[in-house]
Amino acid sequence: MEEAVGHSGDYKYGFTTDVDADSFLPGLSEEIIMEISSRRGEPEYILKFRLEGYRRWKEMEEPCWANIEYPPINYQNISYYSAPKKTTKINSLEDVDPEVLRTFEKLGIPVDEQKRLTNVAVDMVFDSVSIGVTFKKKLEDAGVVLCSISDAVKDYPELIEKYLGSVVSSSDNFFAALNAAVFSDGSFVYIPEGVRCPMDLSTYFRINDRQSGQFERTLIIADKGAHVSYLEGCTAPAYDNVQLHAAVVELVALDDAEIKYSTVQNWYPGDPKTGKGGIYNFVTKRGRCLGINSRISWTQVEVGAAITWKYPSCILEGDNSVGEFYSVALTNGMMQADTGTRMMHIGKNTRSNIISKGISADRSHNSYRGTVKVLSKAAGARNYTQCDSMLSGNECSANTFPTIDVRNSSSEVEHEASISRINEDQLFYFQSRGISREDAIGMIVNGFCRDVIKELPLEFAAESQKLLTLKLEDSVG
Amino acid sequence: MTNIILEIRDLHVAVKGTEILKGINLIINAGEVHVIMGPNGAGKSTLAKVVAGDATYEVTKGDVLFRGRNILDVDVEKRAHLGLFIGFQYPVEIPGVTNHQFLQASCNAVRESRGMTRLSDEEFLCYLDEKMALVAMKKEYAQRNVNEGFSGGEKKRNEIVQMAVLDPVMAILDETDSGLDVDAMRIVSEGVNAMRSPEKSLLLVTHYQRLLRYITPDVVHVMIDGVMVKSGGAQLAQELEDNGFDRMTKKGMFV
Repeated sequence: MEEAVGHSGDYKYGFTTDVDADSFLPGLSEEIIMEISSRRGEPEYILKFRLEGYRRWKEMEEPCWANIEYPPINYQNISYYSAPKKTTKINSLEDVDPEVLRTFEKLGIPVDEQKRLTNVAVDMVFDSVSIGVTFKKKLEDAGVVLCSISDAVKDYPELIEKYLGSVVSSSDNFFAALNAAVFSDGSFVYIPEGVRCPMDLSTYFRINDRQSGQFERTLIIADKGAHVSYLEGCTAPAYDNVQLHAAVVELVALDDAEIKYSTVQNWYPGDPKTGKGGIYNFVTKRGRCLGINSRISWTQVEVGAAITWKYPSCILEGDNSVGEFYSVALTNGMMQADTGTRMMHIGKNTRSNIISKGISADRSHNSYRGTVKVLSKAAGARNYTQCDSMLSGNECSANTFPTIDVRNSSSEVEHEASISRINEDQLFYFQSRGISREDAIGMIVNGFCRDVIKELPLEFAAESQKLLTLKLEDSVG
Repeated sequence: MTNIILEIRDLHVAVKGTEILKGINLIINAGEVHVIMGPNGAGKSTLAKVVAGDATYEVTKGDVLFRGRNILDVDVEKRAHLGLFIGFQYPVEIPGVTNHQFLQASCNAVRESRGMTRLSDEEFLCYLDEKMALVAMKKEYAQRNVNEGFSGGEKKRNEIVQMAVLDPVMAILDETDSGLDVDAMRIVSEGVNAMRSPEKSLLLVTHYQRLLRYITPDVVHVMIDGVMVKSGGAQLAQELEDNGFDRMTKKGMFV
């Protein structure tokens, strides 16, 4: 068993789980990709998709425009497949390695369907493999599909063939191409026409293995008039080596459909003093509002990962469609985040709303990067962007890189930005009025992030507030 | 029998190795109003901040007793729970937190520490309305972020609202009068006077005598260069006004 570096800092999810894993040796080649594909028993078109991604990836250069710095990644040093051995045939949670289940329980994820407190169906992804979905019956009754993407390849081939790569193609960008080549597992969701999903759906990602990268791929399709709210949570053990996470999420909303996608990302951020270790989080998330009156909302609370490179975006093709991006990105220690969104207005009267809150502390770097593009035929398009930064201390930085490109005269685009500080004087002021330091930080952070937090589902909102306060407590002052 | 609320004994305070307070002694009894006057840089604000618990100041010697308890090692918020209130000279702005939220959290934290029940949202709103009316502060200020975009005078008024909400045993107001126009001065003074009672004590730190037209002190102290050079009755303030600080020596004599 690999030893994690204690419970580094205050990262309480830094423990490891001793599971018998079936992992590939590090390295990437066409042979490896064919092996991954055959292990997973995939049809020919999936292998083709992978190889296409791989060939394009080899020709591409790693992007260097983001405001982040890191030593070169040796892609041949990463293992591209790791799966807990005992989970090859899972029919129910009883078939899952109890060690893995204990891990999820330790993380506070309700694997037991008896604990119906949260009313959330959970798909748990441990290293690269989906290990089980709760509330299957209830979802089936509603006609909702929530399964691993590998099951979907077998069970819903027509949907996969039609939509996989239809939002983020196998050659979209360097990291998306890598993901296309080696994607492991992830969730697949299909909400049939007119169905309002009876409960929130959720995937919990856990990286456990030391050498493996994590390359999930998630695909969510909301058919005409369908509604779904999906939550994603992530943690990883505290290792002193860097781990790569290059995921892809694709969302498709047809006429009058609505998808709400929420993330609480708390990957191990590396050692707060030396910056050693941590997850490199290079993620491509994009939604297509294909149908008229459709709506896609991204809400993210990013508090972990050594590097975050992530721009959940919306392509607003359907007339009157709406794209939203609500983000809180907190960096402390030596973390670096370059995150934001891209709103592409194509259809008429499309609307987008961007609220980004960046909090940087210690020696971290936090950048917002956003693009609002309004094409000439997107008459009457509207965008509102609000971009706020909060700093603690004077060794951190906050940057915003907004790009606005409007190609017609009937559209309106607004951009507002602000910067503020959280400092010892403010905390002293609270304390002198009888309020504890912890509550003071909580109130300031919650006040600052209110507009974003309120977009999260209830349980996630409370948890996120606590998480943000906890993360910032040691950094202020 | 006298009831000592605040007692400061031979207090020496330094910042970055420079001694600012050089042996301050002060006793304030219940029901008394004291005033500390003195020129800029005398150490008046330092005294207020040390009593509040500001960690930028190093107490090198001496004690500060509040209701018989040495509070120098007591956490800042605990001092507030014990019934001590400091009105700051430069109240900070708190983005994202409304006056209402701030005061409710503050009021309930203090109530809880005294074993009282928390006020519900509704109860608190009524309570707050009443206190804001004391200093003629418009209701809308409850929903504005704490001190954000407030004028100097509004910030000072806000301090008085906070004092009224927390209902302290002792309040130290640090230059609450500076930056106030005549009307604001009157309003703030009325708020302060409303708090006067035989159980409560006040320490006003000020540069000017004009506040004393509205608040009559029991004792006036003069601080120069980190020491109290003279103490006396209300008439001492007038003498200072007539002669100026420059003409007062370190021995407390006018030359």
